[in-house]
Amino acid sequence: MAWLDTVVQGILLGGVYTLFALGLSLIFGIMRLVNLAHGDLIVLAAFLVFLVMASFGVPLAVATLLTIALMFALGFVLQRAVLERVLGDDIMPPLLVTFGLSVVIQNGLLLGFGADSRRLQAGAFETLSVDVAPGLSIGLAPLSALIIAIGVIALLQMVFYRTSLGRAFRATSDDTQTAQLMGIDHRNIYAIAVGISLAVSVIAAVAFGMRANFDPSTGPARLLYAFEAVIIGGLGSLWGTLVGGMVLGVAQTIGARIDPEWQILAGHLAFLLMLFLRPRGLFPARQP
Amino acid sequence: MTALLSVTRLDAFYGAFQALFGIDFELRAGESVAVIGANGAGKSTFLKALAGLVRSRPDAIRFEGEDVGDRSAPQMLRLGVALVPEGRRLFPSLTVEENLLVGAYSGLRPQPWTLPRIYELFPVLRERRNSPSTILSGGQQQMVAIGRALMSNPRLLLCDELSLGLAPIIVEDIYRVLPQIKAGGTSLIIVEQNIARAMRHVDRFYCLQEGRVTLTGKPGSVGQNEIHRAYFGA
Repeated sequence: MAWLDTVVQGILLGGVYTLFALGLSLIFGIMRLVNLAHGDLIVLAAFLVFLVMASFGVPLAVATLLTIALMFALGFVLQRAVLERVLGDDIMPPLLVTFGLSVVIQNGLLLGFGADSRRLQAGAFETLSVDVAPGLSIGLAPLSALIIAIGVIALLQMVFYRTSLGRAFRATSDDTQTAQLMGIDHRNIYAIAVGISLAVSVIAAVAFGMRANFDPSTGPARLLYAFEAVIIGGLGSLWGTLVGGMVLGVAQTIGARIDPEWQILAGHLAFLLMLFLRPRGLFPARQP
Repeated sequence: MTALLSVTRLDAFYGAFQALFGIDFELRAGESVAVIGANGAGKSTFLKALAGLVRSRPDAIRFEGEDVGDRSAPQMLRLGVALVPEGRRLFPSLTVEENLLVGAYSGLRPQPWTLPRIYELFPVLRERRNSPSTILSGGQQQMVAIGRALMSNPRLLLCDELSLGLAPIIVEDIYRVLPQIKAGGTSLIIVEQNIARAMRHVDRFYCLQEGRVTLTGKPGSVGQNEIHRAYFGA
Protein backbone atom coordinates (compact mmCIF):
# COMPACT_ATOMS: atom_id res chain seq x y z
CA MET A 1 0.00 0.00 0.00
CA ALA A 2 2.93 2.29 0.73
CA TRP A 3 4.12 1.91 -2.87
CA LEU A 4 0.67 2.57 -4.23
CA ASP A 5 0.59 5.68 -2.09
CA THR A 6 3.93 6.74 -3.56
CA VAL A 7 2.64 6.37 -7.12
CA VAL A 8 -0.61 8.19 -6.35
CA GLN A 9 1.27 11.08 -4.75
CA GLY A 10 3.55 11.15 -7.79
CA ILE A 11 0.60 11.38 -10.16
CA LEU A 12 -0.84 14.23 -8.11
CA LEU A 13 2.53 16.00 -8.15
CA GLY A 14 2.47 15.46 -11.92
CA GLY A 15 -0.62 17.66 -12.06
CA VAL A 16 1.45 20.60 -10.81
CA TYR A 17 4.27 19.86 -13.27
CA THR A 18 1.73 19.68 -16.08
CA LEU A 19 0.48 23.13 -15.13
CA PHE A 20 4.10 24.39 -15.21
CA ALA A 21 4.54 22.91 -18.65
CA LEU A 22 1.30 23.94 -20.39
CA GLY A 23 2.18 27.62 -20.84
CA LEU A 24 5.62 26.72 -22.16
CA SER A 25 4.20 24.14 -24.54
CA LEU A 26 1.54 26.56 -25.81
CA ILE A 27 4.00 29.31 -26.78
CA PHE A 28 6.42 26.88 -28.33
CA GLY A 29 3.62 25.21 -30.32
CA ILE A 30 2.22 28.41 -31.77
CA MET A 31 5.26 30.67 -32.05
CA ARG A 32 8.25 28.28 -31.97
CA LEU A 33 9.48 30.48 -29.13
CA VAL A 34 11.30 28.90 -26.21
CA ASN A 35 10.46 31.11 -23.25
CA LEU A 36 13.38 30.85 -20.83
CA ALA A 37 11.61 33.24 -18.45
CA HIS A 38 8.64 30.87 -18.08
CA GLY A 39 9.66 29.62 -14.61
CA ASP A 40 10.28 33.14 -13.38
CA LEU A 41 6.93 34.30 -14.76
CA ILE A 42 5.30 31.51 -12.72
CA VAL A 43 7.10 32.75 -9.60
CA LEU A 44 6.14 36.34 -10.48
CA ALA A 45 2.52 35.19 -10.69
CA ALA A 46 2.84 33.51 -7.26
CA PHE A 47 4.15 36.76 -5.75
CA LEU A 48 1.36 38.74 -7.43
CA VAL A 49 -1.29 36.42 -5.99
CA PHE A 50 0.44 36.79 -2.60
CA LEU A 51 0.48 40.58 -2.98
CA VAL A 52 -3.18 40.80 -4.02
CA MET A 53 -4.22 38.65 -1.04
CA ALA A 54 -2.14 40.71 1.39
CA SER A 55 -3.16 44.11 -0.01
CA PHE A 56 -6.88 43.59 -0.48
CA GLY A 57 -7.49 40.89 2.10
CA VAL A 58 -9.32 38.74 -0.48
CA PRO A 59 -9.36 34.93 -0.41
CA LEU A 60 -7.00 32.91 -2.59
CA ALA A 61 -9.61 32.13 -5.25
CA VAL A 62 -10.44 35.80 -5.82
CA ALA A 63 -6.77 36.79 -5.86
CA THR A 64 -6.13 34.05 -8.42
CA LEU A 65 -8.84 35.32 -10.77
CA LEU A 66 -7.60 38.90 -10.50
CA THR A 67 -4.02 37.81 -11.17
CA ILE A 68 -5.11 35.73 -14.17
CA ALA A 69 -6.58 38.87 -15.76
CA LEU A 70 -3.46 40.85 -14.85
CA MET A 71 -1.02 38.26 -16.23
CA PHE A 72 -3.02 37.88 -19.45
CA ALA A 73 -2.69 41.62 -20.01
CA LEU A 74 1.00 41.49 -19.08
CA GLY A 75 1.56 38.66 -21.56
CA PHE A 76 -0.21 40.54 -24.34
CA VAL A 77 1.87 43.67 -23.74
CA LEU A 78 5.10 41.68 -23.30
CA GLN A 79 4.61 40.15 -26.75
CA ARG A 80 3.58 43.36 -28.55
CA ALA A 81 6.18 45.58 -26.88
CA VAL A 82 9.17 43.26 -26.46
CA LEU A 83 9.13 39.76 -27.94
CA GLU A 84 7.59 40.82 -31.28
CA ARG A 85 10.70 42.90 -32.02
CA VAL A 86 13.00 39.89 -31.92
CA LEU A 87 10.86 37.11 -33.41
CA GLY A 88 12.11 36.03 -36.80
CA ASP A 89 13.90 33.30 -38.67
CA ASP A 90 16.77 33.37 -36.18
CA ILE A 91 15.89 31.63 -32.89
CA MET A 92 18.79 33.16 -30.93
CA PRO A 93 17.49 36.73 -30.36
CA PRO A 94 14.20 35.67 -28.67
CA LEU A 95 16.12 33.10 -26.62
CA LEU A 96 18.50 35.80 -25.37
CA VAL A 97 15.68 38.24 -24.69
CA THR A 98 13.72 35.73 -22.59
CA PHE A 99 16.93 34.80 -20.78
CA GLY A 100 17.42 38.50 -19.99
CA LEU A 101 13.80 38.76 -18.92
CA SER A 102 14.39 35.87 -16.52
CA VAL A 103 17.27 37.78 -14.87
CA VAL A 104 15.22 40.98 -14.73
CA ILE A 105 12.23 39.24 -13.10
CA GLN A 106 14.38 37.46 -10.50
CA ASN A 107 16.14 40.66 -9.49
CA GLY A 108 12.96 42.71 -9.63
CA LEU A 109 11.27 40.25 -7.25
CA LEU A 110 14.30 40.33 -4.97
CA LEU A 111 14.09 44.11 -4.89
CA GLY A 112 10.36 44.20 -4.31
CA PHE A 113 9.81 41.27 -1.97
CA GLY A 114 13.23 40.44 -0.51
CA ALA A 115 14.78 36.97 -0.42
CA ASP A 116 12.37 35.51 2.17
CA SER A 117 10.47 32.47 1.07
CA ARG A 118 6.67 32.69 0.99
CA ARG A 119 3.73 30.38 0.73
CA LEU A 120 0.17 30.87 -0.44
CA GLN A 121 -2.30 30.25 2.38
CA ALA A 122 -5.54 28.51 1.50
CA GLY A 123 -6.72 28.03 5.09
CA ALA A 124 -8.20 24.67 6.09
CA PHE A 125 -8.34 23.51 2.43
CA GLU A 126 -4.58 22.87 2.49
CA THR A 127 -4.84 20.05 5.01
CA LEU A 128 -8.13 18.44 3.94
CA SER A 129 -7.84 14.94 2.60
CA VAL A 130 -9.96 11.94 1.78
CA ASP A 131 -9.10 8.38 2.85
CA VAL A 132 -9.41 6.22 -0.24
CA ALA A 133 -8.22 3.02 1.43
CA PRO A 134 -6.39 2.16 4.64
CA GLY A 135 -2.97 3.78 4.40
CA LEU A 136 -3.88 5.71 1.27
CA SER A 137 -5.24 9.21 1.65
CA ILE A 138 -5.40 11.88 -1.00
CA GLY A 139 -4.98 15.55 -0.18
CA LEU A 140 -7.75 17.68 -1.65
CA ALA A 141 -5.36 20.46 -2.66
CA PRO A 142 -3.06 18.23 -4.78
CA LEU A 143 -6.10 16.39 -6.16
CA SER A 144 -7.73 19.63 -7.23
CA ALA A 145 -4.44 20.71 -8.86
CA LEU A 146 -4.54 17.58 -11.00
CA ILE A 147 -8.23 18.00 -11.82
CA ILE A 148 -7.66 21.64 -12.73
CA ALA A 149 -4.69 20.66 -14.93
CA ILE A 150 -6.95 18.21 -16.79
CA GLY A 151 -9.66 20.87 -16.99
CA VAL A 152 -7.23 23.45 -18.39
CA ILE A 153 -6.03 20.98 -21.05
CA ALA A 154 -9.62 20.15 -22.02
CA LEU A 155 -10.41 23.85 -22.26
CA LEU A 156 -7.32 24.62 -24.36
CA GLN A 157 -8.09 21.67 -26.64
CA MET A 158 -11.61 22.98 -27.11
CA VAL A 159 -10.30 26.44 -27.96
CA PHE A 160 -7.76 25.00 -30.41
CA TYR A 161 -10.06 22.61 -32.24
CA ARG A 162 -13.54 24.08 -31.91
CA THR A 163 -13.20 27.85 -32.22
CA SER A 164 -12.29 30.41 -34.82
CA LEU A 165 -9.47 31.66 -32.57
CA GLY A 166 -8.07 28.12 -32.37
CA ARG A 167 -8.09 27.78 -36.17
CA ALA A 168 -6.29 31.11 -36.35
CA PHE A 169 -3.69 29.83 -33.85
CA ARG A 170 -3.06 26.70 -35.88
CA ALA A 171 -3.09 28.49 -39.24
CA THR A 172 -0.59 31.08 -37.96
CA SER A 173 1.60 28.33 -36.57
CA ASP A 174 1.53 26.55 -39.96
CA ASP A 175 2.19 29.52 -42.24
CA THR A 176 2.26 33.08 -40.96
CA GLN A 177 2.20 34.77 -44.36
CA THR A 178 -0.76 32.83 -45.70
CA ALA A 179 -2.57 33.39 -42.38
CA GLN A 180 -2.26 37.12 -43.02
CA LEU A 181 -4.01 36.59 -46.35
CA MET A 182 -6.97 35.24 -44.32
CA GLY A 183 -7.15 38.54 -42.44
CA ILE A 184 -5.37 37.12 -39.41
CA ASP A 185 -3.05 39.66 -37.80
CA HIS A 186 -0.33 37.34 -36.53
CA ARG A 187 0.93 39.97 -34.08
CA ASN A 188 -2.35 39.88 -32.16
CA ILE A 189 -2.56 36.09 -32.39
CA TYR A 190 0.91 35.79 -30.85
CA ALA A 191 0.05 38.34 -28.16
CA ILE A 192 -3.11 36.41 -27.23
CA ALA A 193 -1.07 33.19 -27.11
CA VAL A 194 1.46 34.69 -24.70
CA GLY A 195 -1.44 36.14 -22.68
CA ILE A 196 -3.06 32.70 -22.39
CA SER A 197 0.30 31.16 -21.49
CA LEU A 198 0.78 33.60 -18.61
CA ALA A 199 -2.84 33.19 -17.49
CA VAL A 200 -2.27 29.42 -17.24
CA SER A 201 0.98 30.16 -15.38
CA VAL A 202 -1.05 31.83 -12.63
CA ILE A 203 -2.94 28.57 -12.07
CA ALA A 204 0.42 26.76 -12.00
CA ALA A 205 1.74 29.31 -9.52
CA VAL A 206 -1.19 28.80 -7.15
CA ALA A 207 -1.02 25.00 -7.32
CA PHE A 208 2.71 25.23 -6.63
CA GLY A 209 2.60 28.03 -4.03
CA MET A 210 0.11 26.10 -1.90
CA ARG A 211 2.28 23.02 -1.59
CA ALA A 212 5.79 24.48 -1.43
CA ASN A 213 7.67 27.61 -0.46
CA PHE A 214 8.80 29.98 -3.17
CA ASP A 215 11.28 32.83 -3.29
CA PRO A 216 12.63 34.99 -6.15
CA SER A 217 15.19 32.35 -7.15
CA THR A 218 12.71 29.46 -7.47
CA GLY A 219 11.90 30.07 -11.16
CA PRO A 220 14.65 28.31 -13.14
CA ALA A 221 13.96 24.94 -11.48
CA ARG A 222 10.25 25.28 -12.41
CA LEU A 223 11.34 25.94 -16.00
CA LEU A 224 13.43 22.77 -15.94
CA TYR A 225 10.50 20.63 -14.72
CA ALA A 226 8.26 22.23 -17.33
CA PHE A 227 10.76 21.42 -20.08
CA GLU A 228 11.11 17.86 -18.90
CA ALA A 229 7.35 17.32 -18.79
CA VAL A 230 6.95 18.74 -22.32
CA ILE A 231 9.79 16.66 -23.78
CA ILE A 232 8.74 13.42 -22.06
CA GLY A 233 5.17 13.92 -23.28
CA GLY A 234 6.21 14.84 -26.80
CA LEU A 235 6.31 18.30 -28.34
CA GLY A 236 3.02 19.75 -29.48
CA SER A 237 0.68 17.42 -27.60
CA LEU A 238 -1.07 18.85 -24.53
CA TRP A 239 -2.37 15.48 -23.34
CA GLY A 240 1.16 14.15 -23.82
CA THR A 241 2.36 16.94 -21.54
CA LEU A 242 -0.05 15.68 -18.86
CA VAL A 243 1.46 12.20 -19.10
CA GLY A 244 4.95 13.75 -19.13
CA GLY A 245 4.17 15.64 -15.93
CA MET A 246 2.92 12.44 -14.31
CA VAL A 247 5.99 10.43 -15.33
CA LEU A 248 8.17 13.14 -13.84
CA GLY A 249 6.09 13.32 -10.66
CA VAL A 250 6.02 9.55 -10.12
CA ALA A 251 9.77 9.27 -10.78
CA GLN A 252 10.37 11.94 -8.15
CA THR A 253 8.16 10.40 -5.45
CA ILE A 254 9.63 6.94 -6.06
CA GLY A 255 13.12 8.43 -5.83
CA ALA A 256 12.17 10.22 -2.63
CA ARG A 257 10.78 7.02 -1.18
CA ILE A 258 14.06 5.20 -1.69
CA ASP A 259 16.01 8.13 -0.24
CA PRO A 260 14.62 11.66 0.27
CA GLU A 261 17.78 13.10 -1.28
CA TRP A 262 17.08 11.31 -4.52
CA GLN A 263 13.78 13.01 -5.32
CA ILE A 264 15.06 15.63 -7.80
CA LEU A 265 17.75 13.37 -9.21
CA ALA A 266 15.26 10.57 -9.91
CA GLY A 267 13.11 12.97 -11.95
CA HIS A 268 16.09 14.05 -14.06
CA LEU A 269 17.18 10.43 -14.53
CA ALA A 270 13.72 9.48 -15.75
CA PHE A 271 13.94 12.37 -18.21
CA LEU A 272 17.36 11.28 -19.47
CA LEU A 273 16.18 7.70 -19.79
CA MET A 274 13.21 8.90 -21.85
CA LEU A 275 15.47 11.00 -24.10
CA PHE A 276 17.55 7.88 -24.63
CA LEU A 277 14.63 5.53 -25.35
CA ARG A 278 12.15 7.84 -27.10
CA PRO A 279 13.86 11.10 -28.02
CA ARG A 280 10.65 12.46 -29.59
CA GLY A 281 8.63 11.84 -26.45
CA LEU A 282 5.69 9.56 -25.73
CA PHE A 283 3.10 11.31 -27.92
CA PRO A 284 4.85 13.40 -30.59
CA ALA A 285 2.30 15.53 -32.43
CA ARG A 286 3.50 15.17 -36.00
CA GLN A 287 6.39 13.90 -38.03
CA PRO A 288 9.19 16.45 -38.53
CA MET B 1 -18.20 53.09 -64.73
CA THR B 2 -15.57 54.08 -62.20
CA ALA B 3 -12.59 51.90 -61.53
CA LEU B 4 -12.72 49.37 -58.68
CA LEU B 5 -8.95 49.27 -58.68
CA SER B 6 -6.48 51.66 -60.19
CA VAL B 7 -2.75 51.26 -59.98
CA THR B 8 -0.54 54.21 -60.82
CA ARG B 9 3.23 54.07 -61.29
CA LEU B 10 3.57 51.11 -58.91
CA ASP B 11 7.13 50.18 -57.98
CA ALA B 12 7.81 47.15 -55.81
CA PHE B 13 10.99 46.00 -54.12
CA TYR B 14 12.34 42.92 -52.36
CA GLY B 15 15.03 44.58 -50.26
CA ALA B 16 17.33 46.27 -52.78
CA PHE B 17 15.95 44.29 -55.72
CA GLN B 18 13.30 46.11 -57.73
CA ALA B 19 10.66 43.74 -59.14
CA LEU B 20 8.10 46.18 -60.58
CA PHE B 21 8.74 49.44 -62.46
CA GLY B 22 5.97 52.00 -62.76
CA ILE B 23 3.03 49.66 -63.37
CA ASP B 24 -0.22 51.32 -64.49
CA PHE B 25 -3.28 49.12 -64.26
CA GLU B 26 -7.02 49.53 -64.06
CA LEU B 27 -9.92 47.24 -63.30
CA ARG B 28 -13.63 48.06 -63.34
CA ALA B 29 -16.12 46.38 -61.03
CA GLY B 30 -17.27 43.07 -62.49
CA GLU B 31 -14.37 42.80 -64.87
CA SER B 32 -11.97 39.89 -65.17
CA VAL B 33 -8.43 40.62 -66.26
CA ALA B 34 -5.48 38.35 -66.93
CA VAL B 35 -1.89 39.21 -66.20
CA ILE B 36 0.40 37.20 -68.45
CA GLY B 37 4.14 37.12 -68.75
CA ALA B 38 7.18 34.88 -68.57
CA ASN B 39 8.78 33.57 -65.38
CA GLY B 40 10.22 36.44 -63.36
CA ALA B 41 8.17 39.10 -65.18
CA GLY B 42 6.76 40.31 -61.86
CA LYS B 43 3.25 38.80 -62.08
CA SER B 44 3.27 37.26 -58.60
CA THR B 45 4.86 40.37 -57.11
CA PHE B 46 2.09 42.45 -58.66
CA LEU B 47 -0.58 40.30 -56.99
CA LYS B 48 1.33 40.36 -53.69
CA ALA B 49 1.44 44.16 -53.84
CA LEU B 50 -2.34 44.25 -54.41
CA ALA B 51 -2.90 41.83 -51.50
CA GLY B 52 -0.73 43.85 -49.12
CA LEU B 53 2.10 41.31 -48.79
CA VAL B 54 4.47 43.71 -50.56
CA ARG B 55 4.04 47.33 -49.46
CA SER B 56 4.23 50.29 -51.77
CA ARG B 57 3.52 54.04 -51.96
CA PRO B 58 0.02 54.76 -50.51
CA ASP B 59 -1.28 56.39 -53.70
CA ALA B 60 0.21 53.72 -56.00
CA ILE B 61 -2.86 51.53 -55.39
CA ARG B 62 -6.39 52.93 -55.17
CA PHE B 63 -9.17 50.50 -54.27
CA GLU B 64 -12.76 51.73 -54.25
CA GLY B 65 -11.48 55.31 -54.25
CA GLU B 66 -9.16 54.84 -51.28
CA ASP B 67 -5.34 54.97 -51.25
CA VAL B 68 -4.28 51.54 -50.00
CA GLY B 69 -0.70 50.97 -51.24
CA ASP B 70 0.70 50.89 -47.71
CA ARG B 71 -1.92 48.61 -46.15
CA SER B 72 -1.09 45.21 -44.61
CA ALA B 73 -2.47 41.92 -45.93
CA PRO B 74 -5.08 41.62 -43.13
CA GLN B 75 -6.21 45.19 -43.86
CA MET B 76 -6.50 44.49 -47.60
CA LEU B 77 -8.57 41.39 -46.88
CA ARG B 78 -10.94 43.47 -44.77
CA LEU B 79 -11.28 45.92 -47.66
CA GLY B 80 -12.27 43.02 -49.91
CA VAL B 81 -9.13 41.84 -51.70
CA ALA B 82 -8.39 38.10 -51.39
CA LEU B 83 -5.46 36.21 -52.90
CA VAL B 84 -5.32 32.55 -53.93
CA PRO B 85 -1.55 32.19 -53.52
CA GLU B 86 0.77 30.44 -55.92
CA GLY B 87 1.24 26.81 -54.87
CA ARG B 88 -2.08 26.91 -52.93
CA ARG B 89 -0.46 27.16 -49.49
CA LEU B 90 -3.16 25.27 -47.56
CA PHE B 91 -2.74 24.96 -43.81
CA PRO B 92 -1.48 21.39 -43.26
CA SER B 93 -2.68 21.04 -39.67
CA LEU B 94 -6.23 22.06 -40.59
CA THR B 95 -8.85 19.84 -42.19
CA VAL B 96 -10.44 20.76 -45.52
CA GLU B 97 -13.43 22.32 -43.78
CA GLU B 98 -11.24 24.18 -41.28
CA ASN B 99 -9.20 25.58 -44.16
CA LEU B 100 -12.43 26.90 -45.67
CA LEU B 101 -13.64 28.28 -42.34
CA VAL B 102 -10.39 30.08 -41.66
CA GLY B 103 -11.05 31.98 -44.88
CA ALA B 104 -14.10 33.53 -43.18
CA TYR B 105 -12.01 34.58 -40.17
CA SER B 106 -12.69 38.30 -40.57
CA GLY B 107 -16.44 37.60 -40.69
CA LEU B 108 -17.11 40.98 -42.29
CA ARG B 109 -19.04 39.89 -45.37
CA PRO B 110 -20.96 36.65 -44.78
CA GLN B 111 -22.70 36.58 -48.21
CA PRO B 112 -23.01 35.21 -50.87
CA TRP B 113 -20.25 32.62 -50.31
CA THR B 114 -20.93 30.33 -47.40
CA LEU B 115 -19.71 26.84 -46.56
CA PRO B 116 -22.75 25.17 -48.24
CA ARG B 117 -22.28 27.32 -51.37
CA ILE B 118 -18.60 26.37 -51.59
CA TYR B 119 -19.60 22.70 -51.34
CA GLU B 120 -22.12 23.27 -54.16
CA LEU B 121 -19.36 24.79 -56.25
CA PHE B 122 -16.94 21.94 -55.48
CA PRO B 123 -19.04 18.91 -54.43
CA VAL B 124 -15.97 16.70 -54.03
CA LEU B 125 -14.82 18.85 -51.10
CA ARG B 126 -17.95 18.00 -49.12
CA GLU B 127 -17.00 14.31 -49.18
CA ARG B 128 -13.51 15.16 -47.96
CA ARG B 129 -14.45 17.87 -45.49
CA ASN B 130 -12.86 16.12 -42.49
CA SER B 131 -9.70 14.98 -44.27
CA PRO B 132 -6.40 16.70 -43.63
CA SER B 133 -5.85 19.07 -46.54
CA THR B 134 -2.48 17.44 -47.23
CA ILE B 135 -3.91 14.16 -48.53
CA LEU B 136 -6.03 15.76 -51.29
CA SER B 137 -5.03 15.65 -54.95
CA GLY B 138 -3.52 18.80 -56.43
CA GLY B 139 -6.76 19.78 -58.13
CA GLN B 140 -8.78 19.31 -54.96
CA GLN B 141 -6.22 21.36 -53.04
CA GLN B 142 -6.63 24.15 -55.58
CA MET B 143 -10.40 23.99 -55.04
CA VAL B 144 -9.86 24.39 -51.29
CA ALA B 145 -7.53 27.34 -51.91
CA ILE B 146 -10.15 29.04 -54.11
CA GLY B 147 -12.97 28.23 -51.69
CA ARG B 148 -10.93 29.51 -48.75
CA ALA B 149 -10.39 32.85 -50.51
CA LEU B 150 -14.07 33.06 -51.52
CA MET B 151 -15.18 32.55 -47.91
CA SER B 152 -14.11 36.14 -47.18
CA ASN B 153 -16.54 37.23 -49.94
CA PRO B 154 -14.01 39.44 -51.68
CA ARG B 155 -14.88 42.31 -54.03
CA LEU B 156 -11.72 41.37 -55.89
CA LEU B 157 -10.24 37.88 -56.15
CA LEU B 158 -6.58 37.49 -57.16
CA CYS B 159 -5.63 34.08 -58.55
CA ASP B 160 -1.94 33.25 -58.87
CA GLU B 161 -1.16 30.41 -61.30
CA LEU B 162 -4.24 28.28 -60.70
CA SER B 163 -2.93 25.71 -63.17
CA LEU B 164 0.46 25.22 -61.54
CA GLY B 165 1.34 21.52 -61.47
CA LEU B 166 -2.13 20.33 -62.50
CA ALA B 167 -3.18 18.12 -65.42
CA PRO B 168 -4.86 20.11 -68.24
CA ILE B 169 -8.23 18.39 -67.76
CA ILE B 170 -8.23 19.33 -64.06
CA VAL B 171 -7.26 22.89 -64.92
CA GLU B 172 -10.34 23.20 -67.15
CA ASP B 173 -12.48 21.99 -64.21
CA ILE B 174 -11.02 24.72 -62.05
CA TYR B 175 -11.44 27.45 -64.68
CA ARG B 176 -15.06 26.43 -65.24
CA VAL B 177 -16.05 27.95 -61.90
CA LEU B 178 -14.72 31.43 -62.70
CA PRO B 179 -18.00 32.61 -64.33
CA GLN B 180 -19.90 31.58 -61.19
CA ILE B 181 -17.49 33.57 -59.07
CA LYS B 182 -17.99 36.61 -61.30
CA ALA B 183 -21.75 36.14 -61.09
CA GLY B 184 -21.46 36.51 -57.32
CA GLY B 185 -20.24 40.07 -57.85
CA THR B 186 -16.51 39.41 -57.51
CA SER B 187 -14.03 40.89 -59.95
CA LEU B 188 -11.06 38.78 -60.96
CA ILE B 189 -7.40 39.16 -61.73
CA ILE B 190 -5.78 35.95 -62.84
CA VAL B 191 -2.10 35.37 -63.37
CA GLU B 192 -1.44 32.65 -65.90
CA GLN B 193 1.51 31.38 -67.92
CA ASN B 194 -0.64 29.71 -70.53
CA ILE B 195 -1.65 32.62 -72.78
CA ALA B 196 -4.33 30.77 -74.73
CA ARG B 197 -6.08 29.59 -71.58
CA ALA B 198 -5.92 33.02 -69.97
CA MET B 199 -7.41 34.68 -73.06
CA ARG B 200 -10.42 32.33 -73.08
CA HIS B 201 -11.54 33.43 -69.62
CA VAL B 202 -11.02 37.18 -69.35
CA ASP B 203 -12.32 40.52 -70.64
CA ARG B 204 -8.90 42.15 -70.91
CA PHE B 205 -5.27 41.31 -70.38
CA TYR B 206 -1.99 42.93 -69.39
CA CYS B 207 1.35 41.53 -70.41
CA LEU B 208 4.34 42.06 -68.12
CA GLN B 209 7.97 41.77 -69.01
CA GLU B 210 10.79 42.37 -66.57
CA GLY B 211 8.57 44.30 -64.20
CA ARG B 212 6.98 46.58 -66.82
CA VAL B 213 3.66 46.52 -68.69
CA THR B 214 4.54 45.84 -72.32
CA LEU B 215 1.08 45.33 -73.77
CA THR B 216 -2.56 45.59 -72.82
CA GLY B 217 -5.76 44.93 -74.72
CA LYS B 218 -8.71 42.65 -75.29
CA PRO B 219 -8.37 38.99 -76.26
CA GLY B 220 -8.84 38.68 -80.00
CA SER B 221 -8.09 42.31 -80.73
CA VAL B 222 -4.34 41.84 -80.53
CA GLY B 223 -2.31 39.71 -82.89
CA GLN B 224 -0.26 36.69 -81.87
CA ASN B 225 2.98 38.30 -82.99
CA GLU B 226 2.35 41.37 -80.93
CA ILE B 227 1.67 39.25 -77.84
CA HIS B 228 4.77 37.16 -78.37
CA ARG B 229 6.87 40.28 -78.71
CA ALA B 230 5.41 41.71 -75.48
CA TYR B 231 5.86 38.38 -73.70
CA PHE B 232 9.41 37.51 -74.67
CA GLY B 233 10.83 40.84 -75.79
CA ALA B 234 11.82 41.50 -79.37
